[in-house]
Amino acid sequence: MDYSIFGLLKNALTGNRLWAPVWRDPAPKQRYDTLIVGGGGHGLATAYYLAKEHGITDVAVLEKGYIGSGNVGRNTTIIRSNYLLPANTHFYEKSLQLWEGLEQDLNYNAMVSQRGVLNLFHSDAQRDAYARRGNAMRLAGVDADLLDAVTVRAMVPGIEMQDARFPVKGGLLQQRGGTVRHDAVAWGYARAADRRGADILQNTEVTGIRVEAGRVLGVETTRGFIGARRIGLAAAGHSSRVAAMAGLRLPIESHVLQAFVSEAVKPLLDTVVTFGAGHFYVSQSDKGGLVFGGDIDGYNSYAQRGSLPVVEEVMECAVTLFPAFSRLRYLRQWGGVMDMSMDGSPIIDRTPVEGLFLNCGWCYGGFKATPASGWCFAHTIATGQPHPLNAAFRLDRFATGAVLDEKGAGARPNLH
Amino acid sequence: MRINCPFCGTRGNEEFTVLGAADPVRPDADAPVPDWVAYAHARENPRGPHRDLWQHQHGCRAWLVVERDTLTHAVIAVRPARDA
Ligand SMILES: Cc1cc2nc3c(=O)[nH]c(=O)nc-3n(C[C@H](O)[C@H](O)[C@H](O)COP(=O)(O)OP(=O)(O)OC[C@H]3O[C@@H](n4cnc5c(N)ncnc54)[C@H](O)[C@@H]3O)c2cc1C
Ligand SMILES: [Zn+2]
Repeated sequence: MDYSIFGLLKNALTGNRLWAPVWRDPAPKQRYDTLIVGGGGHGLATAYYLAKEHGITDVAVLEKGYIGSGNVGRNTTIIRSNYLLPANTHFYEKSLQLWEGLEQDLNYNAMVSQRGVLNLFHSDAQRDAYARRGNAMRLAGVDADLLDAVTVRAMVPGIEMQDARFPVKGGLLQQRGGTVRHDAVAWGYARAADRRGADILQNTEVTGIRVEAGRVLGVETTRGFIGARRIGLAAAGHSSRVAAMAGLRLPIESHVLQAFVSEAVKPLLDTVVTFGAGHFYVSQSDKGGLVFGGDIDGYNSYAQRGSLPVVEEVMECAVTLFPAFSRLRYLRQWGGVMDMSMDGSPIIDRTPVEGLFLNCGWCYGGFKATPASGWCFAHTIATGQPHPLNAAFRLDRFATGAVLDEKGAGARPNLH
Repeated sequence: MRINCPFCGTRGNEEFTVLGAADPVRPDADAPVPDWVAYAHARENPRGPHRDLWQHQHGCRAWLVVERDTLTHAVIAVRPARDA
């Protein structure tokens, strides 16, 4: 059933008792054409675009927990395409374009809000670096505006502009960036993939990958063996563990990133702001809570919870930039486990195992990638070849030297 | 997380910086390229006990090999890097 104003009215008038589940809960078949491991945003989007763009509907998405339990439901919801390196710029711009039409495409309200992403700079050198990035974006056809301090002050009145140590000198604005309600993205893609025939199998953990003569045969799961011709791995923070089941050793470390939400307050911030002198970013949700985060904790972790020093650091950045926040209480805090790759960029590629495909290494920025990641991964799985948009996201780039290191930090995942 | 520095005692992890996995062994200068690629980029990344290199940056500055459980954050053993 499509959502419409009439459906909403009908259900409102009947006390919301008549809503039906929006995806099925089927028993696993013994065999599928294609399996996707990981029911996060990327896995679900892949199943959707496999059906929509390539007509491949004999697909199951295997999720060890419930839909939305991973990073797709843990992130700070920011989308943008403000990258420097051409491979990243074009890919993330494709993603932003898919976000712009997503709700109509899925018939699902994902609360896509292009409220702008404003990256502040605090020194002349940083202004030069941001101007360079803005110019690179414009050359690639992406919107970018370099704002001076007066404009920033008028746009976001709460910012402390004159901090003695980190005065705000201006900002790089991507007006088309913004936020998207993350749970709705998981639910919207799950519903849309299900409606096109994909089976979504929750509480189905993959425990092994069966490979014979260099070719995949299927996966062992907590609900038995499931055969398949092709398998796509999209297990976000657990990619190393899942890939190891097929004998692969990835250029990835798992790290924890935390996020925070404050008590709800009246509207005071209508854009996304990032601090350039520390690691801090903030937006305000429609409920009024401030949603914010900072740096990763910095050590390998699968714990889905962070440690207190990072909490302190994030709060310090928050009150440096927005002194008014010092009186707020934070309501909730949580952590998510992410794939930090060795160059800070993702991998969407084939693998040395025939029929096995890999989607991983999204670091702390894979939410905004969700539509394009699913779109490109579906193309790679369906055709056996990467799309030009993900052709640079190769697994062997760490051997050939063609790495995509936006920060120039080298093979140190905790510095990206 | 608290780390028991063999020289300074138990301290909060904010006193330390972390470099990453302790186990990759630097190949000989003339080792084949795949060995270097594996050393620089490929990681075991276990979910459970793991050995990583930390420096007690805001303490005695010693390099330490910390054996930790990446799932529970329990610190299992801490040794000076030169003895580990
Ligand atoms: C705190 C935080 C804030 C973030 N903020 C942003 C942001 O503002 N903007 C942005 O662009 N990105 C952000 N990110 C990054 C983004 O959330 C991730 O890169 C992205 O969600 C990863 O893709 P996914 O949605 O498919 O992952 P997930 O939702 O994690 O999906 C992977 C799924 O695989 C499942 N799985 C794992 N192992 C198995 C197995 N063996 N068998 C079956 N299933 C398995 C997991 O249960 C999980 O559901 C943030 C991340 C965190 C943690
Ligand atoms: Zn010490």
